[in-house]
This record gives sequence, C-alpha cells and structure tokens, in this order.
Amino acid sequence: MHWPHKDLLSIQQLTSQEIEHIFDLALKFAEINQRPVKKVPTLKGKSVVLFFAEPSTRTKISFDMAGKRLSADTFSLAQSGSSLQKGESLSDTALTLQAMHPDAIVLRHGASGASAYLARQLDCAVINAGDGWHAHPTQALLDGFSLFQVWESFAGKNVLLLGDIAHSRVARSDIELLTKLGAKVRVCAPRTLLPPALKSWPVEIEQDLGRACQDMDAVICLRLQLERQQAGLLPDLREYARHFGLGPAHLSHARTGARILHPGPINRGIEIAAELADAPNSLILDQVSSGVATRMALLYLYLTSTREEA
Amino acid sequence: MADCELVVHNVQHPDGTPCDLLLAGERILAVQPHEPNRSWECSVFPGNGALLWPSCLDSHVHLREPGFEHKETIATGLQAAAAGGFGQVMAMANTDPVNDTPGTTRFLLDAAQKSHPQGPALLPVGAATKGLQGQELAPLAELAEAGCVAFSNDGNPVSNTELFRRAVEYAADWRCRVIDHCEDPHLAPGAGINEGRMSSRLGLKGQPTVAESLHVARDILLASYLDLPIHLAHISCRESVELIAQAKQKGVPITAETCPQYVLWDEGLLEGFNTLAKVNPPLRTPDDVQAMRQAVRQGVIDCLVTDHAPHAGHEKDVPFMAAPNGISGLETALSLTWGLVAQNELDAADWIRLWSQAPAEVFGLPAPSALTAGAPADFLLFDPHRQWDVSPRSLASLGKNTPCLGASLTGRVSAHFLGGRCIYDGNAPLAGSH
Repeated sequence: MHWPHKDLLSIQQLTSQEIEHIFDLALKFAEINQRPVKKVPTLKGKSVVLFFAEPSTRTKISFDMAGKRLSADTFSLAQSGSSLQKGESLSDTALTLQAMHPDAIVLRHGASGASAYLARQLDCAVINAGDGWHAHPTQALLDGFSLFQVWESFAGKNVLLLGDIAHSRVARSDIELLTKLGAKVRVCAPRTLLPPALKSWPVEIEQDLGRACQDMDAVICLRLQLERQQAGLLPDLREYARHFGLGPAHLSHARTGARILHPGPINRGIEIAAELADAPNSLILDQVSSGVATRMALLYLYLTSTREEA
Repeated sequence: MADCELVVHNVQHPDGTPCDLLLAGERILAVQPHEPNRSWECSVFPGNGALLWPSCLDSHVHLREPGFEHKETIATGLQAAAAGGFGQVMAMANTDPVNDTPGTTRFLLDAAQKSHPQGPALLPVGAATKGLQGQELAPLAELAEAGCVAFSNDGNPVSNTELFRRAVEYAADWRCRVIDHCEDPHLAPGAGINEGRMSSRLGLKGQPTVAESLHVARDILLASYLDLPIHLAHISCRESVELIAQAKQKGVPITAETCPQYVLWDEGLLEGFNTLAKVNPPLRTPDDVQAMRQAVRQGVIDCLVTDHAPHAGHEKDVPFMAAPNGISGLETALSLTWGLVAQNELDAADWIRLWSQAPAEVFGLPAPSALTAGAPADFLLFDPHRQWDVSPRSLASLGKNTPCLGASLTGRVSAHFLGGRCIYDGNAPLAGSH
C-alpha cells in the first residue's frame, strides 16, 4: 500500500482503510515479538529521535523497543537535560535535531498542536506521541488494535469512554478512530470533565455509570489527572471514585465478555476497581504488547514510505 | 486661484460628486467640481478618481514602545497608521513601563512628535490602575493633564468592581472615559480560542463568551447606576451585543467598539493551530460574526477599532498556546472593512462614521474634517479597486502578524493628508518598510 503521509499527527488524517492496513501490519510485527530473537533488519540504518518534552514511561519505551526491534537506531531526548530547559525554543531544538538528519522524530509535548507545528518545520517524519489535550494517535491505534485482535470487526460494537474526556488526548483520538471504524461510542463523566460542544461530537452522553455501561462491548477507562481536584473540577477523589470509578456492578450491565481497557498508568480504586484491572476480560496488558507492535508498524510505514509489504 | 498651494485633482467627494480639492496651508481652500482638462498653476496631486474621506481615528492600538521595541516602535506604528488611513491613534497603556505616570505619557507624546511631527497624532490612553495590576487607581488626573485622553486596563481587566467603579467616577471628573476590556479573568485564564467546537476538537483551553458578556452586563449596570459613560472594548459575541442593544434602548450611557476580525472571521480560521489568528477575545462562531455585523450596521456597536497588536515573527512562530494574542491591524483595517461595503453589508456612510465620526464623538475629540472649504485638510484617498498583496514587505508595521498574510485585498488607501501635507503616498516607495 502506498503510504501518502509524511507525518502522523492525528487519527483525523487516516482513512479507515489506512487504519486497517496498520492493524494488518501490526499483526505481522506482533509475531516478531513472540520470537526468541525479537529483531529484524527492516529499518537498519534508520535513525529515530524520541523527543519527550513531557514525562512518559510506557509510550517512550514502547517506541524505543519498536524501533530497536526493527534495527533502527533510537536516540532519546527529554525536556530535562535538553536545551529546552535552558530556554531554547521548540523550533530551534527541532532544527538542531534535523541538522543531524534523523529519519523520524517521535514527539511528546504538553502543548496541543506541538506536533503539527514541528511537522511544518521539519523534512523528516514527525510522529505525534501525545500533544497536550489534542491527540494521541498511536495510543488510539494500539487501543483499536487490541480490540481488533479480539473482534476483527468494529461494526455493531459499542464502546464506552469513561472519565476525564475534556482533558484527554486519548479520548479525542479514540473517538475518532472507533467511529471511523464503525463502532458506536458513548462517554460518561461528570459534566466538569466533559468538553464544551460535546453535542457536536459523534458520541452519546450518559452521566450515570450503570446506564452508561448498558450494552457495551468494551469500556475504556481514562486516567484521572489528580490535579483536576486542585483545579476545582472535582470536589473530592473519593466522591469521583464512588460515582465514576468502574466497578463490577456497573460492568454487569455491559454485554457478556465486555473488555476493559485503560491507557495507564492506573489509579487503582479511583478510575477502576483493582479486581477489574486484573480480570480475564481486561486488555490492559495486551494494550502494552499491542503498543509495541503498532508502533513497529508505524515506524515501518513512516520510515519506508512506499514499500508494499513488511 | 492665487492662494491655492496644492490641488488634489479628481477625487470623489463623500456626497458622490467628482471634485478637485484646493488646499492652502493646513486647510481646504475650496472644493470644486472636477474639471478634467483644467490646468493649474500650483502643484497637482493626482487623485485618479479615488474616494475622498476624512482621516480616520483608531481608538484602540498597541504601539509597544517603551519596552517592546522589537514588536513595534512609535515611529513604525505611526508610519503604519499613516499608511492605514489613521490620522490619530489612541495607544493603550500596556507598555513597559506601563503608561501610569505623567512622565511616561510625556515620553510617548515626545517620541511621536519627534518621529512624526506632521502626524499621525498619538493620543495616549493611561492605565486605569497602577501597573495595570487592578489594585490601586493610577493618578488619573495627572495623566489627563499630561495628555491622556482615556483610561484603560486593556489586557488586564479590572475584576475588582469597587475599584473599577471608582476609576469610572474619578475619570469622569476629568472628562475622560474608561475603556473596559470585558473579560472575567476567572472564566478565561490562558485562552486564545473560543470555548466550543473548535477548542474541543483541537484540545485547547477555550474562553467562553460568557467571560465577556458577564463583564459587559456588569459595566452596563454600573454605567446605569452611576449615570456615567463606560466604553466597552473589542466586543466579540452575540450575548454582549444583545445586552448592549437593550442597554442603549433604555438610555444607559454605554458605548462599544469592535474590530474587523470579529465582523469578518470566525474560529474556523484557527484550524491547524493558526497562531496568526490568535486574539483576545478569541474569534467566535459564525453566529457571533453575524450578530456582530448586524450590531455594527444598526449602530449598537458605535465604532470600529483595529486593536493593532504587533508581535515579532518568532513570538508567533511557536506552538499555539505559547503564542501571544494579537493581530497587526492598522494597515489592513480599512481594506478589510471596505469588503463589507462591497458586499452591501455596510454602506459607505456607515463606514466613515464607524472609523472617524463615532470614535471622535465617543472620546470627546475634535470632529473629523468636514471636507468643505475652511475645514482642516485632514483626509485620505481610498482607491476601492486597488488590489494589493499583504506581505511582510507591503506592511510598514514591524508586526507582520496578520491572518491576511499572503492574501490579496481589494481597496487601499492611496494617499493620506494631514494639515494639508501628504503624510503617505501609496504610489511612492514604502518608507520604513521592513
């Protein structure tokens, strides 16, 4: 498949066929991750900069591992210890990196639109690993891939997004991806954690968690930033957990075998009851595995551009 | 005619008639029917059929000096005003130091006099509170004596209503009006985009329209209670103009302004995190734009202003939320709003009123030139057919931060006269071009 994109900035850029192509590739790369020797020479000689201007553990390691398993050279740069901390602009840092001729920059940044901004300035591929509240396309792709491995088709499936929708780049990207693939999406959160103009989004809104779980095939819990309480958006975490923390009673309203997802890291007992996080129908650790395979597929596509097969 | 020093030949008077304008010294000597083949003994400035209008007044600009000369200087700002058709500009106080002392006011006036002795004139707007901090009144009387024509905490709204009330009362003793930046700072921290569909989709913190309209309502109630005028700055949304319309019907002494951006563009312009369209208040919805146009047409909004807010290129060339708010507007304002006349959204008389007569009335400044014999020769020529490309080279302002960059506009000031002297000739190479 010809891959027409230079950068991956948001799910909005991708067609459903392109998303399915990523899933097909990820399936092949997932197989590599099961081998005793988990390395292929596909991206040998390519260099990928992991530029994480915001703290991250799993996304950064996931990209690092994805790159290394395809034999790309990966280089890490964090905000602390970088020139950004000395007051250098994002643009100057990026241009400095570009002068070293990487093939791709994977960017995590606290500002919405930072990846789009960088992509306009750089010749190399820019992959958005999360920008502000805006988008986290690789997380959405790995969430979708985790469900794809279970369902194969999204038609007729219902997915609930639970938690802080307003400030979640994962929610925005998941909603775009899931609806693009044919699933129906419902959201549940206190009104203070719902974005304005949510009625213009292709989602149902339900404030009662029991009713929100009705007929769901999957529930994606979102991480609650604990500072939301300080920001006056929530009175109290205990109260939040009581009304919006996913528990077995809520999930009993869902369809049999409904899957549970969470992008992590989890606040156990706040967003989700501990026993559900570890339950057999939880895909939380599968998401981590899917993340490596999906990011291998993405690095392959964005670094080799027009090649047909892995 | 023996006294005539200059003839501005072949222009169209606002009453629609082709005329020749005879100037002597600082005044208009005569306005005569246009005679195409007549020869003149004095100098002739070819008008080429351009529209003749009184020189305009922009009652809301930021000239950045002192303190931010990399964004704009008084010299470049006034050059931009001259090119844009503004013979007078009211400069807001958010410089560094803030214009909250007579010394700073005098510095502004001196700098303007040095760089542009023939005009455009800089009319300082003093800070309403010391340091724009919203804690204590600035010395409004001394500022008025030094030359301030109004007071405003523009950019830093005064949320303490008691203090704001006192500023309005105290300023009135000096026949000055307070201009309020209507924004509840607790409802709008750190925004640069309207709260709504676009902010949700882009994942940006938005400013709700109610942040503006709450303060509009407060100011209306205060103006009514005190029976003193308050001027509302850069109004941007439907709720605000509905409140203002109701207040005016009741005779509340409230006046209001808006900017070209709020009657022309909606939040869609921010697609792709376009920092050049990042302003405060933010661009609103298409419905708000319609409401603003109607309010301008019907006189609910008294006057147009540019809110000229120049910034350096590197300051806008950053991720969206890190970019400062503001559009460099002095040189595009008349062209952009002429587009509304061309679309029959406004008529030419409205357009002149909004950019010259109304702001002068609001702030108690001398009326614009009547363009009749004996009147001051303060006028501009506007070529409604002139196409021009907005580019860094075509703008005299140091601020090239306009969403129009790269666009082709129709209609432009072709010449600008103050006190009988040509302070801008659109056919001459652009002085101070950067």
